[in-house]
Amino acid sequence: MMALTMNTGTLSTARDRRARLTRDAIGVLVILAVAVLGYLLFPNNLALLTRITAIALLVLSLDLVTGYCGVATLGHAALFGAGAYGAGIAAAHFGITDPIAMLAVGVVAGALAGLVSGAVVLRAHGLPQLVLSIAIIHLAHEAANKASGWTGGSDGLAGIMPDAVFGLWQFDLWGRTAYVFGIVLLIAAFVVLRQIVRSPFGMLCRGIKQDPLRVRAMGASVHGTLIRMYAISGAVAGAGGALNAISTQVVGLDSLSFTLSAEALVMLVLGGTGSLYGALIGTLSFLWFEDVVSAANPFHWLTIVGALLIAVVLFAPKGLYGSLAALIERRGRKGR
Amino acid sequence: MSAIFDVRNLKRTFGGLAVTNDVSLSMAPGDRVALIGPNGAGKTTFVNLVTGNLLPNSGSVALGGEDVTRLGPTERVRRGLVRSFQVTRLFSEMTPEEHVALAILQREGRTGRMFASHRAMPDVMDEVHALLARLGIAHLARHRVSEIAYGQQRLLELALALALKPRVLLLDEPAAGVPQSDTARIEQAIADLPADLAVLMIEHDMDLVFRFARRVVVLAAGEIIFDGSPDAVTKDARVRQAYLGSYADARSVA
Repeated sequence: MMALTMNTGTLSTARDRRARLTRDAIGVLVILAVAVLGYLLFPNNLALLTRITAIALLVLSLDLVTGYCGVATLGHAALFGAGAYGAGIAAAHFGITDPIAMLAVGVVAGALAGLVSGAVVLRAHGLPQLVLSIAIIHLAHEAANKASGWTGGSDGLAGIMPDAVFGLWQFDLWGRTAYVFGIVLLIAAFVVLRQIVRSPFGMLCRGIKQDPLRVRAMGASVHGTLIRMYAISGAVAGAGGALNAISTQVVGLDSLSFTLSAEALVMLVLGGTGSLYGALIGTLSFLWFEDVVSAANPFHWLTIVGALLIAVVLFAPKGLYGSLAALIERRGRKGR
Repeated sequence: MSAIFDVRNLKRTFGGLAVTNDVSLSMAPGDRVALIGPNGAGKTTFVNLVTGNLLPNSGSVALGGEDVTRLGPTERVRRGLVRSFQVTRLFSEMTPEEHVALAILQREGRTGRMFASHRAMPDVMDEVHALLARLGIAHLARHRVSEIAYGQQRLLELALALALKPRVLLLDEPAAGVPQSDTARIEQAIADLPADLAVLMIEHDMDLVFRFARRVVVLAAGEIIFDGSPDAVTKDARVRQAYLGSYADARSVA
């Protein structure tokens, strides 16, 4: 019990800071290790790994509003698609082919899409909120389909030719540059989001998820806070969309689809909501499992994915990471 | 002393029934007022009108001389009107330390900060621990709220209210649901509230009312039927009538 006794003041503050930095460094190292392992084990499949990285950004983004704020949404791909089309249109129509600039356009487009869809979705709660989010993704999908002059419609937006990164690294046929670009982006997003979820702002969001009335009774604005989080979430999803556009050099309507929104939610639940690690683990395991199972059994792979999901929801309701973390916490407490 | 809290002729009807009818109540800094009344007297409606969760049909609410009748709940909190809840409303997955830090940061307008943890803010952490220590729950600072006893949660609820540095504090049955063994702790915490704070306590437990209040206001059927000293309240015929109905003539309240 002694370890729990508090010392006040700067001593504990400094110790806390060191502990936080250590944890973050471990997180970054784990992502790096998995990324290097992926590169070494699947050198011919880097396109899939880059796609996993882009989707991981979408799932991280979804975790910000669903896991940390408790907003129910099945339309989150609208933010991802906005980033993808933003970066794609900038390159194909405006000649902005510098990958960093394309990424910036994607981030801004995603944030704007976040503001707009947040303003709509946050008007309601619970089931009506879910329905609004579905309406948004369908509207966005249809808008992109109709504006084929800009988006290429159902044929997809082609003609995206990104320049070399910093003029040094060309996007090669094997997708090495795109993969490294993606991993650097993911780590940068992870580090920034770790700061945000731990900050006073992140704490306020967690409070809103648990009891918005209590938050109001503390004098804080629930709606304003959620809108801000939606914009941040949009920026992250937009970065994922831009990465997808840069790495595949094409943007299709599937990046703005209900299916992608729903799959992102499935990945998040699989990994565990309300933790960044859960979002990453959920994405990786879902997409990897999907890849393996669909190759092994092209006819029944969806059934197998469904069975896996039922198993996780029944036996590990907090998701893969959430259940593991809870187990370790229980063990730790017993040992004390 | 001038009024810090001034409610004038507040009226609210639901479907033609006046649930709060022409209620006026004024408090000065340092006041300790208990609001009592039988079930259905309109206490909850009154609290909701005062905190801004309901709008009145007529009448006004003023804080420190400023009319806040048309302002929402968060605006009133920012002007110093803070309430506690009858049933604790806390964030079950968060720790007392996080609760109080959040309240302090909110008070100082720092909850928009995205790139610094509250634990890296020595001024906030010192205040958090001082406040938790004052209420005797410092040793629980880093336990999850869902893991701590109800009586301690009530104390945290008080800590949360105090962290907002209110000018007017509404305590809605602060000892409700707390086991007898823990009520002394809560009563002590209430007795130790800052001297310049105006406190309005809504309470059923008459022992607590008599120990706490220097003034008692009785609400019955939406109207104030008594406003005076604790000594006089038990002797008042209308109060006895309201609480005991026809039994009032036969038995004594005390």
